[in-house]
Amino acid sequence: MAFIELNDVTYTYPLMKEAALKNISYKFEKGKLYGVIGENAGGKTTLCNLLRGLVPHFYKGKLKGSATVNGEDIKTIDVDKLSTQIGYIFQNPFTQISGVKKSVFEEIAIGLENLGVEKGEIIERVLKIAKLVNIESLLQKNPNELSGGQRQRVAFASVIAMDTDTFVIDEPTSQLDPDGTEAIFEIIHTLKEQGKTIVLVEHKVDLLAEYADEMLVMNKGNLIAGGPTKEVLSDLSLLEKGAMLPHTVLFNHELKLKGVELEHVPVTKEDCISQLKLRMK
Amino acid sequence: MNQILLENVSFRYPNGFLANENLNLAIGQDECVAIVGQNGAGKTTAVKLMNGLNKPTEGNVLVNGMNTKDYTTAQIAKYVGYVFQNPDDQIFNQSVYDEIAYMPRYYKKSEKEIKKSVEEAADIMNIRVFLKSNPFEIPYTIRKFVTIAAILVTEPQYMILDEPTAGQDLNGTKTLSDLLTVLHDKNIGVITITHDMEFVADNFKRVIAMAHKHIIADGSAKDIFSDDEVIKESKIKRTDMGIIGSELGLGKDILNARELVSALDGKIN
Repeated sequence: MAFIELNDVTYTYPLMKEAALKNISYKFEKGKLYGVIGENAGGKTTLCNLLRGLVPHFYKGKLKGSATVNGEDIKTIDVDKLSTQIGYIFQNPFTQISGVKKSVFEEIAIGLENLGVEKGEIIERVLKIAKLVNIESLLQKNPNELSGGQRQRVAFASVIAMDTDTFVIDEPTSQLDPDGTEAIFEIIHTLKEQGKTIVLVEHKVDLLAEYADEMLVMNKGNLIAGGPTKEVLSDLSLLEKGAMLPHTVLFNHELKLKGVELEHVPVTKEDCISQLKLRMK
Repeated sequence: MNQILLENVSFRYPNGFLANENLNLAIGQDECVAIVGQNGAGKTTAVKLMNGLNKPTEGNVLVNGMNTKDYTTAQIAKYVGYVFQNPDDQIFNQSVYDEIAYMPRYYKKSEKEIKKSVEEAADIMNIRVFLKSNPFEIPYTIRKFVTIAAILVTEPQYMILDEPTAGQDLNGTKTLSDLLTVLHDKNIGVITITHDMEFVADNFKRVIAMAHKHIIADGSAKDIFSDDEVIKESKIKRTDMGIIGSELGLGKDILNARELVSALDGKIN
């Protein structure tokens, strides 16, 4: 059985006429990395909220169909327990950071403290995570005095520290420089290697193409495509539905117009380079 | 000539942290400039010097000849509008309309004039359908557009956009490209901080790279992206097409798919 299973899920926020999620069915397996793309306000964040039980437990509203995590119905699941299984990283780091802690160290430790983790272990885990996310030099700083990008890394670290089996991550790199962005993708990849299940909402589809096992494309509350990354991202028609596609796919299209046809649509730079090398005189 | 001029400018925060060191820069009102560089390099601090939110601790910042030290931030902000990185730092009204109308009302324009300029700004940012909404109940990226519209209506001579591309989707990025064209037509100078290299390559003739409190390069997109040292120091990246072109030995200054296709012309079978 799949770890998370959505079966014909339709969800409507309170007081809203239109559903935010419409007839969504998908199976999430353990240990895989799922990329979620699509236009804004298309349902990406609502999908994240569903996976961690904020929908329907916090937002209320109407949930139809069935959604299960580890076989348990999301409608009746114990949300506190769910939060120890699924870690959630907010879209806006300015919202996530607690604002009540005076140092980055304490900010990263806050979740572990709440869980009653023993002091020695908290210190050990915070130091380990800080090293992984490359924010050791920030540990003594006040979280409210950090730059946008630094805050985003602290927000990321404080959820990774919880060491849950599954992470739902909503745009973790929106404020980061290109170097920092790649570093975060590397960390996410490492988490996957450790057996974690990851659902990652991102606009940086070129990077998702390299790292994600499967892709989901949302549009106006509908899941308009879902499946193996290569297959999904090769479909040019998704552009018309507001989804970004890798630049290599757009390049391939331009090349075709010039009469040059590659063996298959390259969705990553690496694939594109190796195909071109074979064809160059 | 109207310009923003930074002369040997350094800025130290009251807690002693030096964020910018010896910046020298001239940006004309007819220019559209991108600032790129690593997180914590001092980009936001530098642009806040340009509209008087920060006053230099050394050196001078001149806006159209006015030294920012001699004027209040409110006086300088009339000429140089700054759109905050975090929209929630800027928004405080109960409806999107009121948020955008706030400054025109402060300047005591008539309600009729205000309505016209609010609607014009909302159309440029494609947010007319949200005018009656509560700004805190709309998506983050739309809130960012609300804050841009709120500065647009003040009709500044320069506009600073701090990471407008963060989290934008395909249509949002297109709206921002179109905005740059509109601003150019209105003769408003633009300074944009962004981490989106594709957006930089597609939209900016001049690019400034920052690293470790300094400006380390100032030139065309092609100049910046073909310089390996600058890329490494400022922790930026070539565009994907640039990376592929350079890997294939087709040159280091390819920016987009069209250029890569023509560089391959005759070299591929």
